[in-house]
Amino acid sequence: MTRLQWAAVAAGLALLAAMPWFADKFAVQFASKVLIFALFASSLNLLVGQAGLVSLGHAGFFGVAGYVLALASPEYDAAPLWSTLAMAVGVAALLALAIGALVVRTRGVYFLMATLAFGQMLFHLFHDGDFAGGSDGLQIFARPAGTLFGVALFDLEQYRHFHWVVLAACGLVLVFLARLRASPFGRVLDGIRVNEHRMRALGYATARYKLVAFVLAGALAGLAGYLSACQFGVVNPESLGWHQSGAVLLMVILGGMGSLLGPALGAAAWWGMELLFQGYTKHWQLPMGAVIVAVALFLPEGLAGLWWRLRPARPAAPPEAGVQA
Amino acid sequence: MDLATFFIQLLNALQYGLLLFLIASGLTLVFGIMGVINLAHGAFTMVGAYLAWSLAELTGSFWAALALGIPLTVLLGAAVEWLFVRRLYARDHLHQVLLTFGLILILEESRSLLFGDDVHAVAVPVLLSGSLPLTDTLSYPVYRLALSGACLALALAMAWVIRATRVGMMVRAGASNREMAEALGIPIKWVQLGVFSTGIALAGLAGMMAAPVSSVYPGMGNQVLILCFVVVVIGGIGSVKGAFVAALLIGLVDTFGKVVTLEVAGVKLLPQLAGMSVYLLMAAVLLWRPEGLFGRRP
Amino acid sequence: MTGVAAGRASVPGTPVLAAENLSRRFGGLAAVDGVSLAVAMGEVHAVIGPNGAGKSTLVSLLSGDLAPSGGRIRLDGHDVTRLGPERRSHLGLGRSYQKTNVFLPFTVFENCRLAAQSRQATSMRFLRPASSFGVVNAAAGRALAAAGLEARRDARVETLSHGEQRQVEIAMALATRPRVLLLDEPLAGMGAEESAGMVALLRRLRPDHAMVLVEHDMDAVFALADTLTVMANGRVIASGPPATVREHPEVRRAYLGDESHA
Repeated sequence: MTRLQWAAVAAGLALLAAMPWFADKFAVQFASKVLIFALFASSLNLLVGQAGLVSLGHAGFFGVAGYVLALASPEYDAAPLWSTLAMAVGVAALLALAIGALVVRTRGVYFLMATLAFGQMLFHLFHDGDFAGGSDGLQIFARPAGTLFGVALFDLEQYRHFHWVVLAACGLVLVFLARLRASPFGRVLDGIRVNEHRMRALGYATARYKLVAFVLAGALAGLAGYLSACQFGVVNPESLGWHQSGAVLLMVILGGMGSLLGPALGAAAWWGMELLFQGYTKHWQLPMGAVIVAVALFLPEGLAGLWWRLRPARPAAPPEAGVQA
Repeated sequence: MDLATFFIQLLNALQYGLLLFLIASGLTLVFGIMGVINLAHGAFTMVGAYLAWSLAELTGSFWAALALGIPLTVLLGAAVEWLFVRRLYARDHLHQVLLTFGLILILEESRSLLFGDDVHAVAVPVLLSGSLPLTDTLSYPVYRLALSGACLALALAMAWVIRATRVGMMVRAGASNREMAEALGIPIKWVQLGVFSTGIALAGLAGMMAAPVSSVYPGMGNQVLILCFVVVVIGGIGSVKGAFVAALLIGLVDTFGKVVTLEVAGVKLLPQLAGMSVYLLMAAVLLWRPEGLFGRRP
Repeated sequence: MTGVAAGRASVPGTPVLAAENLSRRFGGLAAVDGVSLAVAMGEVHAVIGPNGAGKSTLVSLLSGDLAPSGGRIRLDGHDVTRLGPERRSHLGLGRSYQKTNVFLPFTVFENCRLAAQSRQATSMRFLRPASSFGVVNAAAGRALAAAGLEARRDARVETLSHGEQRQVEIAMALATRPRVLLLDEPLAGMGAEESAGMVALLRRLRPDHAMVLVEHDMDAVFALADTLTVMANGRVIASGPPATVREHPEVRRAYLGDESHA
C-alpha cells in the first residue's frame, strides 16, 4: 500500500473511533452494524478471495453462534461475555469442521451447491425444530456482561461501548487476516486458488489446508454472528438462511475479493444501499438487484477495483509481503 | 400405513421427483452446456407459477394460460440471456453468481409489484380433474398422473433432441469448443440464446404445470433452486441419469419423511425434521462418494 | 551430435523408479498397455513415440496424477501405486508438465518459493510472513539459478515468453529437490537457442537425478538418453541403449524413418 492508502485507512479508523463522540445514536449503531458485517464478509473472503472456495452457506456459522448466545443466556439477565463468546465461536468452528470435512471433497460449483444445501439444512433444523423458538427465534433481553475478574471492562448496553468493542474486534481480526495473507498458510491458499492441481503435484495436501481455512472462516463468522446477536437482541432462522449467505457473498464480491479491505467496503456499500433505497420505496430490493447486476456486468473487480484504478501504476498481483488494501 | 396409502404416497413421491427432475434438467442443461450457473433458475419457476395463475384468472382457462405462458417465459428467458447472461460467458462463475443473485432480487420484487405477495391456488383443468379409483375409498388424482407423465415426456424429449438431432449436435459442439464451432459456421450466439431460453422455459413450464398441485407462493423459487442443487450434487457431475435417480430419491425421502413418524429417545425426528432429511441424504452421499452417485471419479 | 549417449556405459545400480506392467484404460481404450520401465540414479531414460502413443499418460501414471488400471510402480523399492501425487512428491518425485502448469499471476520467484515451501515440515503457520523463511528463499533462489531465470526473478509468469515459462516449469520441479525427475516435453515450443540451453541444463542435472524424459526433439533425446524406450499405441515396441534401438527394424519403420538420424 502507498502512503496515501495508509493515510486513508488511518483516517477512516480515526473517524470510526471518534464517531460516538460526534455522531448521533442511529449513525453510530449503523456504523457498528457495518463493522460487524465487514468482519463477517472478511471471514468469507478467506474462503472466496484467498482459497477460491465460493461458499453459499457461510451464514450457517454466523447464525449458529447467535443462537448459542441466545440459548446460553439466562432469560432476562446478562450472560457472561467471555464464556458465551468462547462457546459460540467454538460451536461455529466445530460445525465448520463437520461440514467442511464433507464439502472440501467437492470442487468448484459443486462446492457452492453443497455449502448452500448444508446452510439450508441448518435453517430447517432451527426453523422446524422447536428447541430454539422455531420460526420466531429467540430473544436476548440483556447484552452479555464484559467482566474480567469481577471488574466491568465495558457495558455493552451502552451503544458507544458496543461500538468500540466491535471496532476493536473488527480491527484485530483484520490485522490477523493481513498477517495470514502473507504467511506460509496464506500462500498455500493462494496457490490452491490459482492452480490446485499443481499444488498437489508439489506435495501439498490441499484438502487439509482447505479444511483449516473453512474452520477458521467459520469461527470468525461465528464471532460476527455473536456480535450481531448482541446488537439486535434477536436471533431467528433467517440469520442462518441462504439470503443471508447470499448477501454476505455479494458483499465480498461487490467490495472486491482480492483485497483485504474490499469486503469491508462491500459491507458498507450494501448497508448503505439498503438504507438509501429503503428511504424511497417498499420494494427496495429492486434497485438493489439492479445495482448488483450492474456491478456484475461492469465492475469485475468490485468497488476495490475502482480504488485500484485510482492508483498511478497497477502493482503485481498477490502481495509478496505486507498488506495489500 | 396400509398398502393403498403407501401406494398413493409412492405416486406422490414419483410425481414430485419427476417435477424436480424436469426443473433440474433445465439447470444442468444451462450449466453443463454453457458453463453458466444460474441462481435465478428457481425464480423462473415462481414466475411460471404466477403467470399461470394470473393468465388463468384472466382467460378463465388453464390451457389458455399454458398456451400464452409458455411463449412468454421463452421470451423472458431470451431477454435475460441477450441483456445480461451473454456478457458473462467468458467470466468466472463468481460473477455469474453475483449477476443471477441480483436477478433473483429483481424477479422477486417485480413479482411483488405486479402480482402481490399473496398465496394463490390454481384450479385443475376440467379435462384432468378426475380421479383414478384405487380402492373402495381411495382414489388418485388424474392430474398428478398427467403431470408425472408430462415431466417424463419433456425430459426424454430434451435428451433426444440433444443426442439425436442436428440442433442438438450444434449445441454440443458449441459446448465443447466455442471458437471451433463458430469457425465451422455454427451460429453460436443463437445456439446459446436457444439453450438458455429452453432451460428457463423448462423451469417456467414446470412452475405452470405444478401450480394446480402445489400452491403459488412467493418463496417457492428458492426452495426449488436449493433442491435442484441437491439433485445435481447427489446425482453427480454432468450426469443426466444421476439427476434422474437423485430427483426420484429426493422425491421419496421428502414425501415419506413428511408422513412417517419416527421418534428416537423422545426426540421427534420425523415428521418434525422432515425438511432436513434431504440434506442428510446429501451429506451421506458426499461422505461415501464425493463426486456424486454417477459422477466421474477424479 | 549423438556421440555422448552412444558411448556411455549402462548405469549400474538398482533402479530408483521402476514401473511394472502399467496399464491405464479409458472406457474401452487402453492408453497405456503393459508398459514396464526402470531408471537408475544418474540415468536419463527417454521415452519417444508418435502422438497418441500414451507417453503423457505414462508420465501421469508415474507421477500419481492418474491412477493405473493395472500394474505397479516402485520408488526406491517402495510400492507407491496407490499413493497420490502429494505423497510421491515427498518421496522424491518431481514432475514438469507438457502443457505449462505454473502459477501465472505470481512472479517467477514466488512460483519457485511456493514449490520450495512444500519441503517445509508444515505450512500451517499463520502469523510469520512467508518471505521471512530464509531457508525456503535460498532453496527457491537455487532452483531459479539452476534454470537460468535470475534475470526474470520478479516478473509475473504470465508476462514471460513461452520458452521462459517452460524454464519456470523446470525450476518449480527442481525447487522440491526431487531425486526422480519426470519431464514431459520440456523443450516443447522452444527455439534453437532455448533448446540448447535446456539440454545443457538437463545434462548438468543428470548425475544427481534419475530422469524420465518424454520428448519429440530427437537431437535432445540422442544427446541425453542413456536408455531409450519407444512407445506406440500404448505399448513399448523397443527399449534399450539408443544406438541399438535406432537400428530396431520396427522402430525405424514406424517412427524414425529409414534414413539414419544426425
